[in-house]
Amino acid sequence: MPESLLQLKNISYSYHNLQAETPALSRISFHIDVGEFVAIVGPSGCGKSTLLSIIAGLLSPEEGTIIFHNPDGSLHYPKIGYMLQRDHLFEWRTVYQNAILGLEINHMLTPENTEYVLSLMRDYDLYKFKDQRPSELSGGMKQRAALIRTLALNPQLLLLDEPFSALDYQTRLTVSADICHIIRKSGKTALLITHDLSEAISLADRVIILSKRPATVKRELPIRLSLSGDSPLAARNAPEFQDYFNLLWEALSDEKK
Amino acid sequence: MKKNKTRTAVELSRQEAYVQGRKRYKRRITSMRAVIFFLFLALWQSAASTGLIDSFFFSSPVQVIQCFWELLTEKSLLTHIGITLFETLASFLLVFLTGMVCATLLWFSSGFSEVAEPYLVILNSLPKSALAPLFIVWLGTGTVTIITAGISVAVFGSIISLYTGFSQVEPEKITLIYTLGGTKRDAFQKVVLPNSIPVILSTMKVNIGLALVGVVIGEFLAARRGLGYLIIYGSQVFQMHMVITSIILLCLIAMGLYLLIQQMERRLAGRF
Repeated sequence: MPESLLQLKNISYSYHNLQAETPALSRISFHIDVGEFVAIVGPSGCGKSTLLSIIAGLLSPEEGTIIFHNPDGSLHYPKIGYMLQRDHLFEWRTVYQNAILGLEINHMLTPENTEYVLSLMRDYDLYKFKDQRPSELSGGMKQRAALIRTLALNPQLLLLDEPFSALDYQTRLTVSADICHIIRKSGKTALLITHDLSEAISLADRVIILSKRPATVKRELPIRLSLSGDSPLAARNAPEFQDYFNLLWEALSDEKK
Repeated sequence: MKKNKTRTAVELSRQEAYVQGRKRYKRRITSMRAVIFFLFLALWQSAASTGLIDSFFFSSPVQVIQCFWELLTEKSLLTHIGITLFETLASFLLVFLTGMVCATLLWFSSGFSEVAEPYLVILNSLPKSALAPLFIVWLGTGTVTIITAGISVAVFGSIISLYTGFSQVEPEKITLIYTLGGTKRDAFQKVVLPNSIPVILSTMKVNIGLALVGVVIGEFLAARRGLGYLIIYGSQVFQMHMVITSIILLCLIAMGLYLLIQQMERRLAGRF
């Protein structure tokens, strides 16, 4: 059994304003194993993004603890890569300069690191666009550039906040396949938020279903597809796909009533 | 094949026709502008020569040119122009620096910006010419007073527009910097500043004009040199030619300074 990289215990969080307190997360507990790809689905506005912000350390939970088990046994906070919904590539930088933004901020512009970024760009067909402006790239290429920007810091855990939601359907299928491939190949642990059930089933090893606000973990569903190749597109044709879809659909429909 | 060829030929000529149409339109605009200018000069000159207007009060183009020449050769006009230009550029640069520094501080501390807001709004809407007598008492007459007057006109508006520009950066872009492990300082350097270049340039465009306004007000009240002084001196000795010549020179200076910033803007355009 693989060791868990991340463990959430009874995480609660509320938003406050002068009128009222709005509970967003209520006693959320789950774990993610090393090398695992976990998807979180839930009704819109249920606090999924809040959960990612807490894991990324941008917000601190009001209650509960987050435990990391670093594979090397050390206690420091692991490096977390957070990919936002939109690519936010800066137009005043070239594609390459955008990709090394994280290295620049962390003063890590060593020859090895920049070479790693260039090799990622070569692998994912961005090398010949490296000196162009982001506006010259297609939506899918922008999303890949944003992923390279996140991977450049060599994170142990990748958080993906609906990274494909801004793309049109066709691009979305190919880009999610591409990105899934990149993540699997590099052996990263990943946590994906999505509202697209098919996407969750085709990409993830395990799906966590959240209830409506205040969010609690409603169900965890391990995904075992017998067709399991590497391709999420092929996964959609697996015989179990429809069953998983129906299971998730029912669990979420309960929530909407 | 042949059919194809003729079609390209037709399309090319359509494109050419379009380009020529646009060029003709542009030429017409430019010539209309010139026509209005010369028509105005001709009307002014003929009205003055026929006695329709009194050229003692209203001057005339010919007299303006004569006066310009006289000032240039006998009254060291170039020094006056130089002084006004220097004072304007000095106030502009100081306004720009103060504006950037203050807006940056306000951006870094939201508490500070909330405290400062009402003061900035009041100071910005205050008519700055009301302050000029104070500056004379405090600083005497001379270059320092005039530059201070120039600064006072532009500085508060400049702080407000720069700070507003800084705060209008998409919050998610700043979150991105934090997700990459950056600090607030990184967010400012990597996102806020480059993102605000267009706002900075448009603020500069407004400020250079305002600095000129402030400097001329200052020269009215506290100078022995400069175009503002020439205007006041001319009106006191009833030399309307001198007043109007100076006003026309101010027009040219304002235009020149505006074009300077516009050139800068063009050079940076498309990159931000």
